[in-house]
Amino acid sequence: MAWTVDRRKFLWGTALATALPWAPALAQSQPVRIGLLTVKTGPLAQGGIQMEQGITVFLKQKNNTLAGRKVELISADTGGNPAGAKTKAQELIERDHVDFIVGPLAAFELLAITDYIQQAKVPMLSLAAADDMTQRKPNAYFVRASATSSQCCHPLGDYAAKEMKLKRVATINEDFAFGYEQVGGFQRVFEDEGGRIVKKLWTPIATPDYTPYLAQISDVDGVWNGFAGSNPIKFNQQYAELGLKSKYPVIGGWTAYDDALLKSFGDDAVGAISAAWYSSDLDTPSNKRFVADMVREYGNIPGGYAAGCYINGMCIEAALGKTGGKTDDKAKLIEALRAVSLTDTPRGAFHFDHLGNVVGNVFIRRLERKGGKLVNTIVKTYPNVSQFWTYDEKQYLAQPVYSRDYPPLKS
Amino acid sequence: MSLWLLLAVNSVTLGGLLFLLSAGFSLIFGLMRIPNLTHGSFFMLGAYLGTSFLALGLNLWLAALASAAAMAMIGGGIERLLLRRLAGQELAQVLVTLGLSFMIADLCLMEWGGDPISVDTPAGLRGAVPILSIVFPTYRLVIVIIAVVVAAALWVMLDRTRLGAMIRAGVDDAPMARITGIRVSRLFTIVFCLGAALAGFAGVMGGPILSVYPGLDADMLPLALIVVILGGTGSLPGALLGSFIIGFLYNFGQALFPELAYIILFLPMLLILVVRPQGLFGRHAP
Amino acid sequence: MRKAIVLVLALLALATVPYWIGNGYYVNIASQILIWAILALGLNVLVGHAGLVSLGHAGLFGVAAYAAAWLVAGGWGHLPAALVALAMIIATSAVFAVLALRATGIGFLMITLALGQILWGVAYRWIGLTGGDNGINVPSRPAPFGISLTFSTPFYYFTLAVFLLAVVAMAVFVRSPFGASLKGTRDQPRRMTALGYNVWLIRFLAFLFSGFWSGVAGLLFCYYNQFVSPNVLALGSSAEALLMVISGGSGTLLGPIAGAALVVVMKNVASAYIERWNFLLGAIFVAIVIFMPEGLVPGTVRLWRWAWSGLRGGRAAALLRAGDGTVR
Repeated sequence: MAWTVDRRKFLWGTALATALPWAPALAQSQPVRIGLLTVKTGPLAQGGIQMEQGITVFLKQKNNTLAGRKVELISADTGGNPAGAKTKAQELIERDHVDFIVGPLAAFELLAITDYIQQAKVPMLSLAAADDMTQRKPNAYFVRASATSSQCCHPLGDYAAKEMKLKRVATINEDFAFGYEQVGGFQRVFEDEGGRIVKKLWTPIATPDYTPYLAQISDVDGVWNGFAGSNPIKFNQQYAELGLKSKYPVIGGWTAYDDALLKSFGDDAVGAISAAWYSSDLDTPSNKRFVADMVREYGNIPGGYAAGCYINGMCIEAALGKTGGKTDDKAKLIEALRAVSLTDTPRGAFHFDHLGNVVGNVFIRRLERKGGKLVNTIVKTYPNVSQFWTYDEKQYLAQPVYSRDYPPLKS
Repeated sequence: MSLWLLLAVNSVTLGGLLFLLSAGFSLIFGLMRIPNLTHGSFFMLGAYLGTSFLALGLNLWLAALASAAAMAMIGGGIERLLLRRLAGQELAQVLVTLGLSFMIADLCLMEWGGDPISVDTPAGLRGAVPILSIVFPTYRLVIVIIAVVVAAALWVMLDRTRLGAMIRAGVDDAPMARITGIRVSRLFTIVFCLGAALAGFAGVMGGPILSVYPGLDADMLPLALIVVILGGTGSLPGALLGSFIIGFLYNFGQALFPELAYIILFLPMLLILVVRPQGLFGRHAP
Repeated sequence: MRKAIVLVLALLALATVPYWIGNGYYVNIASQILIWAILALGLNVLVGHAGLVSLGHAGLFGVAAYAAAWLVAGGWGHLPAALVALAMIIATSAVFAVLALRATGIGFLMITLALGQILWGVAYRWIGLTGGDNGINVPSRPAPFGISLTFSTPFYYFTLAVFLLAVVAMAVFVRSPFGASLKGTRDQPRRMTALGYNVWLIRFLAFLFSGFWSGVAGLLFCYYNQFVSPNVLALGSSAEALLMVISGGSGTLLGPIAGAALVVVMKNVASAYIERWNFLLGAIFVAIVIFMPEGLVPGTVRLWRWAWSGLRGGRAAALLRAGDGTVR
């Protein structure tokens, strides 16, 4: 990792800076430090490695200089568990004195450190999707440039009801919070538009065989799935194998059909409709540059994990531009970060709402085979999608967060 | 009703896959008394190797055999270099097999990256076969046939050949077998190679159903443990029956009691072990 | 005499950790080592002294952590919450013991594994109680005698006090007649029965003792992280605790502590410098088995003696002794 700081050198530098009397003057010329909380070992490493690639590509494009200051990236491997996330957050903040934290990857990692981040007052830009982080339990030092779990599912519900004219849909998803919030968002809008969820299936995270669940699907117009990690590959393979693909079209969330998974999918996934806040297909100058560099550096078509961290880098650059490169006043820093509003990014134009969550494009894509390659082709763009969709914020927040049983199935 | 038929047929096919997964574990545990906690990693490493062989242009069957051969060599190396000196030291065996599984998991991540890899079903076996009121994926039915063939081959080997007689003697009473001139240590190596090869073979065969991804090892190891312990340790027919029982429990349990999905395999195993600590078909307490 | 000096030096070193270790981050790492060491010491009672290998101790650890977290988050004071959590851990340990002691050997291992997995499943799925994978946030750390444990140094001393208590309890336990009879049930269960000992009861009580300290570690874990989620009682945590015991040296007092230090340092400190720390950790375990199959602590003692006697010319005698390697 050429762009990661040599820790030992870095530690000596810090030690010197604090030991010497002219330390304050020196601190001004010190680089901005970005701590990346990611996962590089274990089953979640897939997304974690892409996160690191995304921000690395960004910093390389900027020649490691943002707003006139040198930038150092310190990346930490949480191992993909809450306790590891806590320890690594402490390492980045208390030992390495980072100015920003990018990450972590998973909602349960984020929830384990949110109180600590708030106390430590370090601006955090995470991809983790837990709805309540920017809704009912907001964190003043948090911004999210990706999406809440349900944010892309609201427009997909709209699209499924209005454009695909689906009436009866079954959902299948991992049995955990990210799944509940995705399905809840889809269900709410889809049913408000006249559709009907007839069955909700929940599978354990590690499910070798989905057949016992798939066998229960019948008499529907379509099937929703919001799998994540490596599960989408297994799911689509088995779904097609059981002959369901020809009967019921599949729609899904962004993790289920992420662009980074395209090289792993076979033809089983072709035809799937998905909603995502990032699509490598998007035709903007900055996205073209980003995709080209990802392919050149890593041979990877980027998906949401890489794009999210790249965009987080852009947010940091914009915020530093506003503070004149100063990072010492954390309150001003988070204020600047939340005021960031960008027009040309890999996901198009976006800004943040007053809770720190993104308001931006959501793309509806169809998975197709084009010239021997699988691609997600954008078929519709919903601009300026807020985490509250078209609902009134107050009323939205008065309702409970989407859960396994909320909204309930209509009988 | 077609739902129940589908579940029943799938129970049998999942049982076949589970038998392929756990036969090697059962063999090793039966003869060597080593709880080989690397077994899930062997399965995963075999599957990854299989994807590389497939990428070289081999078909699935050849890739599975090549992967089995590679795993046999790796397994043999591990037995000769590490496990050999640990006979009877259960704790050291646990430590070394878990240590190896850490290493293999990280090695796979280094070599094949974190992205899942899908394995195509062989061209002739795509599609589905009609069975009464349902259609069922052909490849899964083939898995059952392979499992039965493997079981039969293992049975013939254990029951009808000289090697098998020596292995059985070793299982029953290793010191006595040694006295009668059987080179038990060489048997151990052979059995461990065979067990590792079976795991690798199963990993490739499972590819078109499970795909290959980091974490496959940890998903599979508990299943192998459950099948072998439930069936009765060291009993091949026990492992076969255990596989099908787990296949049924898994399918009907998940469909009928979705609330209990997370514990649907562990709860019955717990109950059975509490009542019969030696497992369903074990002869004596392990 | 030499032992006493070593002991005093060790205590001094532990007591002054926050002063020589520098950064608060490393003080926190030290606290984590102590917490995991308490769990490993508890597990060692079964693994090392009773010869019963448990793969479900993270379940016990987790029950205590969840109970305290749930009560404190629900508005209880820390002291009553801790007492209830400890009572729960005794009760859970008793249930575990009654079920698991139906078997020994691999059967015991599998039953504890199943129990641990069932608790994990419950934590994951009984969302109304546990919050599912979102876990439970604990609003504050306890403040015993009005001393706030919010910062790293006071928390370290609190953990150290509990840790020393655990070490003393273990030392007393091993030297007690009960500890001796427990080892008897490990090595010669039939003879113990013939001598009129109730082997089952001895193992049962050992399980409670083991579970209690695992629960204490779970409480500290809950205070340290101020967050509990199903991850703490996953199979991986149980396996990790077992690896600490075995790699350090089961059946010894220092072994589990050394094992805990090894794993915590590799996971949290070494991982900052070495990207492939997981591979390295596995390789260290394998190396331990090759060079010190009895574990780090007894192995080091053996090598030390070997080197020492080599200097004095008695190397051959030491080599002869090396084979048995049981330093208990």
